[in-house]
Amino acid sequence: MSHLALLKHTPLESAHVACGARMVEFGGWYMPVQYSGIMEEHRAVRSASGMFDISHMGEVIVSGPGALAWLESLLTNRVGKLAVTRGQYTLMLDESGGVIDDLIIYRTGELSYFLVINGACRDLDLEWMHGHLPCDGSIVLQDQGNDYAAIALQGPDAEKALRALYPACDIPKRNGIAPLIPSLVASEGIVPSLVARTGYTGEDGFELFVPVAHGIALWESLLASGVKPCGLGSRDTLRLEMGYPLNGSDLSRDRTPLEAGLDRFVGLDDPEKGDFYGRKALEQQRSEGLPSQLTPLKLSVQGPPLRSHYPVLADGVAVGETCSGALSPSLSEGIAMAYLPEVCRIPGTQLEIEVRGRRYAASIATLPFYKKPSL
Amino acid sequence: MNVPADLRYAKTHEWIRQENDVITVGITDHAQSELTDIVYAEPPKVGAEVRAGATAAVVESVKAASDIYSPLSGTVTEVNDALTTNPALLNTDPFGQGWIFKMKASNPAEIDALLAPEAYTAQIGQ
Repeated sequence: MSHLALLKHTPLESAHVACGARMVEFGGWYMPVQYSGIMEEHRAVRSASGMFDISHMGEVIVSGPGALAWLESLLTNRVGKLAVTRGQYTLMLDESGGVIDDLIIYRTGELSYFLVINGACRDLDLEWMHGHLPCDGSIVLQDQGNDYAAIALQGPDAEKALRALYPACDIPKRNGIAPLIPSLVASEGIVPSLVARTGYTGEDGFELFVPVAHGIALWESLLASGVKPCGLGSRDTLRLEMGYPLNGSDLSRDRTPLEAGLDRFVGLDDPEKGDFYGRKALEQQRSEGLPSQLTPLKLSVQGPPLRSHYPVLADGVAVGETCSGALSPSLSEGIAMAYLPEVCRIPGTQLEIEVRGRRYAASIATLPFYKKPSL
Repeated sequence: MNVPADLRYAKTHEWIRQENDVITVGITDHAQSELTDIVYAEPPKVGAEVRAGATAAVVESVKAASDIYSPLSGTVTEVNDALTTNPALLNTDPFGQGWIFKMKASNPAEIDALLAPEAYTAQIGQ
């Protein structure tokens, strides 16, 4: 496999191989897709705890007196409402309102922000950011993507596992960020370890960011405390059960966040949110009406697992295609997302998804597909 | 990896068992292990004409759909309905309860082109 040399490698690769991972290409990276099996890994995260290597994701530090104003122009919701130690999901758009990336921004200091961007778009995101950076020296933009190893620890038992490993850590609340080892002051040239209470599974959990050299040790201590290694396969089924979009599948430069149903992460109605890239296009789209909307679909009959690029039909006419799909391990039902025109929402419209030439009845679902059973 | 000595194999990881003029077709232990958790199986229809090397069935894991090729040409005479409700039989018992379909071969000479167990074992690098 000579093309392996062209792929980017995570600092945890040897740990994955030791855990019996099946490795695949993903967004230019050589990543684990599964270890013991996608179903088993999925269930471990829903019922106990699992960990994912997310070292392919990018970490960017934005700091300086001009940071806040610049980030407000770059991102869709109001950065100014973030208190220090708080984070939020947000989007970075181009002028026509298309999604460059969805990301999480944390405020880590009075004038500094920590951005976690998608692995497959690191280069593009940084190119966009550098291209729109004012040259007055008021902002420092640092790409720390290659300095960090990152692990997502997810599941109802995640907090217990984290407490056992880091008893001195002041564990953040949901969407918050904190130093992972509070007593340890970052030494020269070494990035500080951070823990954020965020994730992509719908479960409680954390995203841990540690210097590259500490990545394998962290992975192994989590493994020793019984956390199950989980690959991209279960990461995808877990996020899709929650209806979380995946950039590149559900989000792209051809769709706006309004079409993707992400209005609540766009500050169009926030009187304190100023102009941002894509704002005019979104306002125009809102006044003219959306050409399509990202719609959750569920098979109404027994059928094959749903996948991306399956045709969707309304009353027998092709109206779109699925952009994500799976057999939901929690629900044992076919679930999918598709950009569909408004007409599909008219009650009585017969929706179908076509798989290998056969049509299966489907219906519009409500998100999240999977709702946690109340205790 | 289990490679039973009484079967013949296709390079594409299907096996056949010949009993009189009934040919049973399934996927190998190696194939099921590569495919992982099989969650859906779509066998051919009884009476369907299949061609050697052409798609006859589809099995799907959580991650991917995979075509299953008929090792021989002929007519499908029976399909394993148990796979509809329990596709995991393909993982747990690929050479037994996980069989996919039975057929009547139209050109039994095609059997000679299939691999003997030793050759298949060599192919999967055991």
